[in-house]
Amino acid sequence: MALPSCQQRALRRALCSTTVPTRHCRAAVIRGYLTAAVSLLTKMAELGAGSLLTGDPAFNYHEHELNERLKRLYPAVNEEETPLPRSWSPKDKYSYIGLSQNNLRVHYKGHGKNHKDAASVRATHPIPAACGIYYFEVKIVSKGRDGYMGIGLSAQGVNMNRLPGWDKHSYGYHGDDGHSFCSSGTGQPYGPTFTTGDVIGCCVNLINNTCFYTKNGHSLGNNLMKNDLRPNLYPTVGLQTPGEIVDANFGQQPFVFDIEDYMSEWRAKIHSMIARFPIGERLGDWQSVLQNMVSSYLVHHGYCATAMAFSRATETMIQEDQTSIKNRQRIQKLVLAGRVGEAIDATQQLYPGLLEHNPNLLFMLKCRQFVEMVNGTDSEVRCFSVHSPKSQDSYPGSPNLSPRHGATNAHLHNTGADSPTCSNGVTPTNKNKSHNKYTGVSSASSSPSSSPSSVNYSESNSTDSTKSQPHSATSNQETSDSEMEIEAEHYSNGVTESSTRIMNGTYKHQEILQADDSSVGNGVADDSCSSRQLCGGNQAATERMIQFGRELQALSEQLCRQYGKNATHKKMLQDAFSLLAYSDPWNCPVGQQLDPMQREAICSALNSAILESQNLPKQPPLMLALGQATECVQLMARVRSGSCSFARVDNFLH
Amino acid sequence: MKNAVIGNNRQKANLIVLGAVPRLLYLLQQSSSSLELRTECAVVLGSLSMGTENNIKSLVDCHIIPALLQGLLCSDLIFIEACLRCLRTIFISPVTPVQLLYTDPTVIPHLMSLLSRSQHTQEYITQIFAHCCKTPEHQTVLFNHGAIQNIAPLLISPSYKVRMQALKCFSVLAYENAQVSMTLVNVLVDGEQLSQVFVRMMQRDKPIEMQLTAAKCLTYMCRAGAIRTDDNCIVLKTLPCLVRMCSKERLLEERVEGAETLAYLMEPDIELQRIASVTDHLVSMLADYFKYPSSVSAITDIKRLDHDLKHAHELRQAAFKLYASLGSNDEDIRKKITETENMMDRIVSGLSESSIKVRLAAVRCLHSLSRSVQQLRTSFHDHAVWKPLMKLLQNAPDEVLVMASSTLCNLLLEFSPSKEPILESGVIELLCSLTQSDSPALRVNGIWALMNMAFQADQKVKVEIVQALGTEQLFRLLSDPDTNVLMKTLGLLRNLLSTRPHIDQIMSSHGKQIMQAVTLILEGEHSIEVKEQTLCILANIADGNTAKELIMTNDDMLQKIKYYMGHSNVKLQLAATFCISNLIWNEEDGSQERQDKLREMGFVDILHKLTQASDPNLCDRAKTAMQQYLA
Repeated sequence: MALPSCQQRALRRALCSTTVPTRHCRAAVIRGYLTAAVSLLTKMAELGAGSLLTGDPAFNYHEHELNERLKRLYPAVNEEETPLPRSWSPKDKYSYIGLSQNNLRVHYKGHGKNHKDAASVRATHPIPAACGIYYFEVKIVSKGRDGYMGIGLSAQGVNMNRLPGWDKHSYGYHGDDGHSFCSSGTGQPYGPTFTTGDVIGCCVNLINNTCFYTKNGHSLGNNLMKNDLRPNLYPTVGLQTPGEIVDANFGQQPFVFDIEDYMSEWRAKIHSMIARFPIGERLGDWQSVLQNMVSSYLVHHGYCATAMAFSRATETMIQEDQTSIKNRQRIQKLVLAGRVGEAIDATQQLYPGLLEHNPNLLFMLKCRQFVEMVNGTDSEVRCFSVHSPKSQDSYPGSPNLSPRHGATNAHLHNTGADSPTCSNGVTPTNKNKSHNKYTGVSSASSSPSSSPSSVNYSESNSTDSTKSQPHSATSNQETSDSEMEIEAEHYSNGVTESSTRIMNGTYKHQEILQADDSSVGNGVADDSCSSRQLCGGNQAATERMIQFGRELQALSEQLCRQYGKNATHKKMLQDAFSLLAYSDPWNCPVGQQLDPMQREAICSALNSAILESQNLPKQPPLMLALGQATECVQLMARVRSGSCSFARVDNFLH
Repeated sequence: MKNAVIGNNRQKANLIVLGAVPRLLYLLQQSSSSLELRTECAVVLGSLSMGTENNIKSLVDCHIIPALLQGLLCSDLIFIEACLRCLRTIFISPVTPVQLLYTDPTVIPHLMSLLSRSQHTQEYITQIFAHCCKTPEHQTVLFNHGAIQNIAPLLISPSYKVRMQALKCFSVLAYENAQVSMTLVNVLVDGEQLSQVFVRMMQRDKPIEMQLTAAKCLTYMCRAGAIRTDDNCIVLKTLPCLVRMCSKERLLEERVEGAETLAYLMEPDIELQRIASVTDHLVSMLADYFKYPSSVSAITDIKRLDHDLKHAHELRQAAFKLYASLGSNDEDIRKKITETENMMDRIVSGLSESSIKVRLAAVRCLHSLSRSVQQLRTSFHDHAVWKPLMKLLQNAPDEVLVMASSTLCNLLLEFSPSKEPILESGVIELLCSLTQSDSPALRVNGIWALMNMAFQADQKVKVEIVQALGTEQLFRLLSDPDTNVLMKTLGLLRNLLSTRPHIDQIMSSHGKQIMQAVTLILEGEHSIEVKEQTLCILANIADGNTAKELIMTNDDMLQKIKYYMGHSNVKLQLAATFCISNLIWNEEDGSQERQDKLREMGFVDILHKLTQASDPNLCDRAKTAMQQYLA
């Protein structure tokens, strides 16, 4: 989530000001952000409430059910890339077609004199190849005058003034004669006729490129014609006489035909095909390849003792020497414990020149260090606190040295490598999206927690100001910059109570800051507070953090001058600094950065860089193979090979 | 010994010839010998039984079965397992008489108790049961010893083999057995209904063998009346599963079993027939069953040719059976079947195949299709199916005869164009001989065919029938214990006695006997239908010119008619009134005298009363009769 520009500007001002501001002033700046954050949260809460009000609960339930079913049926489909059909398209239809009931019901509204009055409608999206097997059903609500209805598929651009099946790249099963039409004006005898009350289904098998229809839950068999289905077909229905009404089911309801059973047969087929893939006489080679993979994986992640034991047992060689492995292990441990500053020092000491040659990596590390300072875990701020901050070692989800696989890992490898040709499976777009998704989720979850304060805020605010300008609580009409100054002035008075009133900020954190300000060296306040605190709640540490932030900003500018603008860096920096804008950074839209899990990405990137500098592979072959397999399956989806749907890598990871 | 015989059938035979078996059995039974020794003996015997069928015969002749069964009483599990393994191998062989399992009544309960010992005992015992349950008696014995409760939990055993054998057990137990089937539907396995467990076993990702056997279980339960034919587990699961088993992708054996089971499942239910007929193009899928051995396999692959040849007959008969079942009720499906490529030719050639099974199935299929008026008129005639059918009737076992003669009945229907050529081929003799068969089904078919033949037939044909059948046989049939035979014989008489000249001619030569027979039936204990049919014959006789007199001069008969006019059953009243109406019909010679005589006997009063009857038909009939007096 991007902050409003005024806040960004203020932030930059705070971090880049050449004159050293007083600590009051800095605190005020921080407080300014907190205000802004509250207003932001209020807005978000309002938005959330708004969307809730408009949503019909029953509809939401169906929506949820639909999403669940689609996810279960088509797990390999990435809907960001290729959305699934969920309704008929109000745009892609002939004028004689009317839609209702969330664009699921289709009725005919033409004259229906002859076949020239036929009309069709396509679904909103084509069937993604990654479905492997796709299915939808249509219930005949009324057969109308003559029951000239066609159910099937057509490509984008096929004439909609026709029934599906009559034209090229169009396929349909017709109710009046039970014939199947495959891109031809003359149908082939196919199945029974259908009429009012029947449920007709259409199943597309993208593995063998066939299609079959069902009637009331019974498969009618593959089309007699060998139809080489072209890609990107849309679910389509066509009607021709008045009174004809049909309802579509794209997964909104359970299907009458047991499509999951049909899918399970193909899944079993493809799995057995994989299991029976012949490896011939190279059986012996395979074993040593596998052993090497395991061994190199252990070495890569610094499981020194295990790797040694494994190599002894299997009589494999380890390329790297033990001290090197142990060094890497130490550095990784530091990063994973959040002590990034120490990790940087250790790296510079053990691998001189490494970080200098990798400014991007260094920048990432420093960014992380800043985040860890906010977290209170980095040694530079930790040394200030009397008591060791709670958030450091007792972090429940602390990953220590266990590398994670799957999405998180793929993500981290991508972030770590600056070359887009990174062999690990997930594409950059994918990565961004998943990241966005996460922030979306976290913002949603954070809004209820902040609601008490926002309610207070809006109450008191409503008396003297409009809601559209929530942060003009002091009724001044000036820009945010000046607002900041005013606030700073207020604060410099040192009158805690009045400032609270003026700010309308009833959040605890502010008080904590004030307590820090007024009682330097008095650590009692820290302990009494149960919530996690900025920089471990230590004033000096906070100062150090601000200073470090400024250094980081400088580094960014320097890199910018040297290598040109870098959007990734900008984003990273922005995200890190944004943490300061919230009363509770751990519970804010960008709070995810503080999760110890996030250390894994940078840890792995650093590890890879060290290995690369030693002329060792920066990725363990095992991960490479895994990434390659994942990428391969995704490539299959893009080149429209439907079997990818049932050859998912996760199915083979236990 | 053990190592010498493994995998070597010649060595096994040698050992048996040398008399090793009695010695091994002796050691096995000797309780003084050590357990290891006894176990080794059982293992060697097990190995010997894995040989040829002859080996098994020799082993059985040495009374190995009682000895091994005795061994099961030992407490040592390894020894028991060795004995069971050997028993299993012997019992699954086709040469072993299954009855040997049931001779000692303590064996089955003991086997049931051993089911809990280990996965191996479970596998072997269920496999023995699955192979040795061949008759309803066997089913009852196993059922009474708690087979269902003991085996049901094995359906969720971790071992695939155990699950599979348990499933097979249920399929043989439920076959045509209402008691077992009714019990099965109420059994819960791990809180789940058994039918649901079977449905899960039919999921498409399960092994084919398991899907097929589970479908069989549900089919048998359904046919035994334990599951309704419109239950979702039948309509949406079992039926589609069996149709899948008929697909080209399946092995030939699976296709045969699938088609036979499906035919059995839907035989009595038109709705299932309709659904199956549109599922996955089943009708055209079955046409592939006739393509073995394929021309390709003949040239390229001897092994495959052999395999195809072996299954070709089985495939054909299974397809015919399934077609017969599909087409038994629905006209549209019959049409679809006859329109399948070369179907009629295939049936025709099937009728004269060497394999009885194929001939029987082909004639069943033909019979099913012969219920269609349209097919009788068109494809049946075009393909002259009567020719091979007649040939089949000459010299065939009873089961084929029943089907063939039943088909012939339909072919002899009046509108069938095949009727003429069949008549010319001298079928009457054949049908008459059928009426003398011991089998009631054959007698019915014989007389039924004659009845159809006599319907609206020429005088010549009728005379021929009467002559060929002979009055003696005719009257014998009239006293047949089978009501169906009686009804059809009366039907034949009625058809013979139609149109005036025919009536008079037949009555002049056989009048006396016929009147006797009619009297006999009217006086006897018979159903309403039989009596109605008899009164109709009487009415036909009353329609004759000279034949009338046979009734008019028979006062006893007139009294009987009078009685039936006042009967409580409308049908009988109607038939009797019809008879009187014919007697008093105006335009005929001597009608006045007959009217007078009948008036004297009080028929007018009765007729008068009947004009007030509540039944409109009877009322009309009586009014028409009264008008004869008024004119």
